[in-house]
Amino acid sequence: MLKLKDIHTYYGNIHALKGINIEINEGEIVSLIGANGAGKSTTLMTTCGIIPAKRGSVEFKGEDITHLSPDKIVALGLSQVPEGRRIFPFLTVAENLDMGAFLRNDKDEIAKDLGYVYGLFPILAERKSQTGGTLSGGEQQMLAISRALMARPTVLLLDEPSLGLAPIIVKQIFSIIKQINKDHGTTIFIVEQNANLALKAANRGYVMENGAITITDTGANLLVNEDIKKAYLGI
Amino acid sequence: MRWLNIIIGTAIAGVLAFFAAKEIINDPVYFLELFLGGLTRGSIYALIAVGYTMVYGIIELINFAHGEIYMIGSYTALIVASVLGLYGYNQVVIVILAFVFAIAYSCAYGFTVEKIAYLPLRNAPRLSALISAIGMSLFLQNYVMLAQTPEYLPFPELIPELAIWEPYAHIITAPEMIIIVTTVIVTALLGMLIKFTRMGKAMRASSQDKIMSALVGINVNKVVSTTFIVGSATAAIGGVLIASHVGQINFFIGFLAGIKAFVAAVLGGIGSIPGAVLGSLVLGWTESFFTGYFWSEYEDVCAFTFLVLILIFRPSGILGRKETKKV
Repeated sequence: MLKLKDIHTYYGNIHALKGINIEINEGEIVSLIGANGAGKSTTLMTTCGIIPAKRGSVEFKGEDITHLSPDKIVALGLSQVPEGRRIFPFLTVAENLDMGAFLRNDKDEIAKDLGYVYGLFPILAERKSQTGGTLSGGEQQMLAISRALMARPTVLLLDEPSLGLAPIIVKQIFSIIKQINKDHGTTIFIVEQNANLALKAANRGYVMENGAITITDTGANLLVNEDIKKAYLGI
Repeated sequence: MRWLNIIIGTAIAGVLAFFAAKEIINDPVYFLELFLGGLTRGSIYALIAVGYTMVYGIIELINFAHGEIYMIGSYTALIVASVLGLYGYNQVVIVILAFVFAIAYSCAYGFTVEKIAYLPLRNAPRLSALISAIGMSLFLQNYVMLAQTPEYLPFPELIPELAIWEPYAHIITAPEMIIIVTTVIVTALLGMLIKFTRMGKAMRASSQDKIMSALVGINVNKVVSTTFIVGSATAAIGGVLIASHVGQINFFIGFLAGIKAFVAAVLGGIGSIPGAVLGSLVLGWTESFFTGYFWSEYEDVCAFTFLVLILIFRPSGILGRKETKKV
């Protein structure tokens, strides 16, 4: 479904990604874990075309999307919930969701999806006409996920969905991520620092260090891997 | 500092209110004339200021070449009106075509300026883009000066006096009325564009977060181009209206009008469209009353003193919002 082949990405002179290979199959939940600054968010930004790769290729549904502009990539069915949520602070909750469906014209289907996300997060329906900036962190994360779903993506990329949230909200968000995967067969790629949660939710996981993938295995195996236990799980 | 602001603000407002009350009682008609004169002036500023503020809202650039777009609009109208006048066309046809061509030309210039001078600098430091804007402004001024003439050119009265309006013309002339009404219509249309259309939503989203806008599928470059086109169109309308009102133009008119509209945009809170309109009206009234009651030679000094005071006491403007983002 989504294939990153030998990706090299630079920020000016900084070599952020040094030959990344990641493959995500249809219907899977895949996690990418690693420390701060390892290049996890850069991986997602490169996939979405915000910071295009200098070398290597990104393939989506068999199509080379390495050098497509971000809006064209979204149109193909790849949506991202970015780090820090990036809610439009002065648009209302309803308008934020509306922006998620920016490229769609199928009004009835949009209404259906709107019903679906309000079903997932009833609090958003309550806060429909509030501006995005007035929501709490957890609500913003819910809105960010819902906004991405409004594009009806085949692959959903999530960047640190647990960042800065209370443990109980994090739990709720992860269970909903699993539910989305089940309900629509949406392929999900999660980037997380919370390795324990991310690996538990995932079919497979990748571990990233200094811009390179060091280990890849099934989520269950990674959870019992001694090196990972020490470095990321704090056991 | 906050209390000091409030005290100074109240004191100034009190003195102004006292003078205003005294003058209104003394000579209500003169006051009304100045009020309406200020409204006309403010309307023109508003048509230019919305372009400044929209561009700033989206790419955080003070587009110093915006005044030149307005000047090019009035030159285009002059050329079209003169040529059509030679062939003896009907006045209404001339007015319509003058507006259509002025808008089309200004939009083309606005679009091209963005592509040439600002797009390549999108990710450069803001100062580079600002310098590029000043360069573009100087280039366009000199280009028009060489292509046309450095002298003032008489501009035909496109908007005529109306006979039925004659009894009230000493308070407000028909062209002034038309300027005010046009501004109301244009800003209302603009407000609706921003609020309800797909492109308007894309503009608002892009002004808040460009990366996120791209991630929901908005083509941000297209949004920026559209913003320049819309801003240029309103500037062109302003350019034709004021040239017709003043009766003469030269290559330099865009500079002063542009800077004044910039003052108005900053006063209202740069980035905010209602702010730009409000700031323009306040500036228009201030200039009008100042020149009417005090010294008419110091009109520009008044406007720029205003700018300095705003920047000291309320840098975010009347309706400006402080950017607070939750992380």
